[in-house]
Amino acid sequence: MPVIIGVPKETLPGEKRVAATPETIKKLKERGLAVHVQRGAGQGAGITDEAYVAAGAELTDTPWANDVVFKVRPPTLAEAGLLKEGALLVSMVQAERNPGLVDALKARKATVLALEKVPRITRAQKMDVLSSMANLSGYRAVIEAATHYQGFFSPQITAAGASPPAKVLIIGAGVAGLAAVGAARALGADVRGFDTRAAAREQVESLGARFLEVKLQESGEGQGGYAKVMSPEFIAAEMALFREQAREVDVIITTALVPGTKAPILVPRDVVDCLKPGSVIVDMAAEQGGNCELTKPGENFVYNGVQILGFTDLASRMAATASRFFSMNLWHLAGELGKGDAVTIDLENDVVRPALVLHHGEVLPPPQPKEPTPVAPKPVAAAIIKPPPKAVASPAERAARSTVGGIAVVALLSLLGRFAPPEFLQHSTVFVLACFIGWQVIWSVSPALHTPLMSVTNAISGIIIVGGMLQVGGTLDMASILGALAVLFAAINIAGGFLVTQRMLKMFRRDDPAPASTGGGHGR
Amino acid sequence: MSGLLTVAYLVAGVLFIRSLGGLSKQETAQKGNLFGIVGMVLAVVITAASWIIADDVSSRLNGLALLLGAAVVGGVIGAGLARRVEMTGMPELVAVLHSFVGLAAVLVGFSSYLRPASAPHAGVEHTVHAIEIWVGIAVGAITLTGSIVAWAKLKGTLSGKPLLLPGRHALNAVVAAAIVGLAVPFLNAEGTTGLPFLLIMTGLALLMGAHLVLAIGGADMPVVVSLLNSYSGWAAAAAGFMLANDLLIVTGALVGASGTILSIIMCRAMNRSILSVVFGGFGTGESKPAAPGAAPAGDVREMKADEVGLRLLQARNVVIVPGYGMAVSRAQATVKELTTTLREKGVTVRFAIHPVAGRLPGHMNVLLAEAGVPYDIVMEMEHINTDFPQTDVVLVIGANDIVNPGALDDPSSSIYGMPVLEVWKSKLTVVFKRGMAAGYAGVENPLFYRETTRMLFGDAKKSVDALVAEVRK
Repeated sequence: MPVIIGVPKETLPGEKRVAATPETIKKLKERGLAVHVQRGAGQGAGITDEAYVAAGAELTDTPWANDVVFKVRPPTLAEAGLLKEGALLVSMVQAERNPGLVDALKARKATVLALEKVPRITRAQKMDVLSSMANLSGYRAVIEAATHYQGFFSPQITAAGASPPAKVLIIGAGVAGLAAVGAARALGADVRGFDTRAAAREQVESLGARFLEVKLQESGEGQGGYAKVMSPEFIAAEMALFREQAREVDVIITTALVPGTKAPILVPRDVVDCLKPGSVIVDMAAEQGGNCELTKPGENFVYNGVQILGFTDLASRMAATASRFFSMNLWHLAGELGKGDAVTIDLENDVVRPALVLHHGEVLPPPQPKEPTPVAPKPVAAAIIKPPPKAVASPAERAARSTVGGIAVVALLSLLGRFAPPEFLQHSTVFVLACFIGWQVIWSVSPALHTPLMSVTNAISGIIIVGGMLQVGGTLDMASILGALAVLFAAINIAGGFLVTQRMLKMFRRDDPAPASTGGGHGR
Repeated sequence: MSGLLTVAYLVAGVLFIRSLGGLSKQETAQKGNLFGIVGMVLAVVITAASWIIADDVSSRLNGLALLLGAAVVGGVIGAGLARRVEMTGMPELVAVLHSFVGLAAVLVGFSSYLRPASAPHAGVEHTVHAIEIWVGIAVGAITLTGSIVAWAKLKGTLSGKPLLLPGRHALNAVVAAAIVGLAVPFLNAEGTTGLPFLLIMTGLALLMGAHLVLAIGGADMPVVVSLLNSYSGWAAAAAGFMLANDLLIVTGALVGASGTILSIIMCRAMNRSILSVVFGGFGTGESKPAAPGAAPAGDVREMKADEVGLRLLQARNVVIVPGYGMAVSRAQATVKELTTTLREKGVTVRFAIHPVAGRLPGHMNVLLAEAGVPYDIVMEMEHINTDFPQTDVVLVIGANDIVNPGALDDPSSSIYGMPVLEVWKSKLTVVFKRGMAAGYAGVENPLFYRETTRMLFGDAKKSVDALVAEVRK
């Protein structure tokens, strides 16, 4: 009997995502795992029960009664109580914000994989729901900001008047921040990004935004790619910068999270006071207390005409795509849980082990920390001192070199002229001149024709046939026979070289006018 | 007659130059080849005419028969070779033709030594002539065996691995010194008594030619073939000197220059120094051990043909990067079909050719032309490298080292500094590959682990077939 994975409907109000899609169910089925989906689980994400059945899932009313449960949000205490004894739960846990949950799961002797604890190593990128969801949320934050902002994002010049681009400040350039920078740029806004990590500069600028800096030098590089908590001096300088920016910008999007603790306050009341009425703040850290002092989680709070959006369901507002990404992350994670139709927990696995909150109801000792650096910042690679690749000589240098070469040839010739017979000298002159002509002519040959060039030169070097002919005399002595052999081989070259060149050149055809679009890429 | 001969040779020389000049553009290339043929016919006919009227022909009928026989047999063999050769086999044909030029130079050299064409020289003139013969035979012999070894390596008869004898540089130096040293007794010999020295020297030069090319690895064949091309030219020029024939000198110099330029282009494209090629065994030994490069981190992501097909249809700009692997699996025709289908659907498709793609300079262009790909969508590296950021999908078919980003940013890589096609700057790169083996250079390719790279595993021909089916749907 195969292992059955239960997929319950999310119960948190407003949560529309689901932990499995028909696509991943097919993949799981191919592996031999069965999936039981709670009736209506996909409703919010636009997936009908029929679609699940078509993909090979069974519908159920008791998704918690299975050996394995895939879920998006941390289970409620009631849900935890429903979990089958000794089952494996794969979902977000966020233990620090859900007191009592771990104990409740412990009571069920459950094995629990906390998705937010999947390590940020390269191999586990495809299982990292935080990244995939942050990407969606960052995009959505900009869309929400644009919805609530009462102007254009892109600059407009119309007969009825002009409007400058919206100025958007994005604080924190992690996955969500960069997604927001990209989306805001795509809408045409004037975007500035801020991050305490210097490595973020390149990434922000690569998306076409300005990177803001505080005067103070302090590295904000923390563990696991998150920013660390900064010194008071730095924070003071940072606040000064934000106040200055707030007088200018129309939209502020904050994405600063420090793992495990409350989100830092980056936009206190006095910064909000600097914003013009009609401005919008999107606080993506609302769920963890918010980066803005005035944020009310889950609400659109209006303060002096400034709308402060504290939505905690940004990813869920894109439930269809979010579910697809989330469930793909889960499918990849399932790849770490044994092969075939068995689901096993490997305590040595460097992805599974750090995410394992409970193992048969036991809390495991913290794993040996392994190299925690994530993929995103990689300034080190750029810092390698590159020995400059051998530079192609500048024209002046080349000219100088060929002048030197020319003088050397002249010197050699005059030396020869002193001793060698005049006839030899004459031949040498011809030789040198021919070399020069060849040099000039061949450089202009198109690289596409280098193979025909070689076969033509093959053919014309068969001119040595003339030498062979001159050596053949009336008597069939050794010299004549050697000469005739030379003629034979040279003739092979001449015939072979010219004919094969002809054959090749006939193949080169310009684009015939038949196919519709002839390059250029327009007309689509 | 001698005046007419000189003028005819001059005209032939000019025609040869125009022939090479005609190859600068596809539009004029066929005319160029025609010029070459006309020049050759002119030179041969005039030489034959002068040979016939120089003396009483009836006393030399034997010679005439021999000449005609040799020319006809050679011509028939050559025509047969040219007609039957497959375009993938062009490198072998070119190599074997090089060896014939070398052989002819050796034969002419010996013949000329046994019976000088002009009156016997004396004093300085004798010495100069003897040196000309010596140099001509030496260059010819090196070209001969070098080309034969290159041919065998291209054909696969000989392993592509470089043969690295201990102390091979010292060995080469000793042989070269012997070749020069033996010239002394030869120059002092009266009449044809120097023949034994000449024979020994020829043997040494033959050995040296073979050894020089044996020490060069299979990946560097484009350079070797170009280099032998120039050697064959120098051999012809040297024959011209010993026969006091300006046409031979001019033609030899043209061919020599052509081969040299091709070698320089190939060396630049592989970031090698030309000297290390001449003396063999480069990319190995003292230059740098074939370092595997930094072990790349990350995952190899696969993409199936159906999804690649979808992405191709959504794309606006597609660039195909073919390598020799495409020729090996004979996928050119299918690639052409894919190209035509995509272009009919309004996708701009272009090809990007690295100078050392294939095993001969310009080899890829010929293979694509054979498959019927119009040459104006086949671009050179310099012209297309700046376009990759605007490219939606890049298909890398049977190429590896020429798209290795390590060549630009990883100083520990043994191909560091080689110019490469910067395919990773595009939005999606799909690499067609049999498995995860390294390329010719034996270097890991970090491209496969890039964020925007997807692998399409399997035989190139079958994969492209599947793609064609997908985009036709």
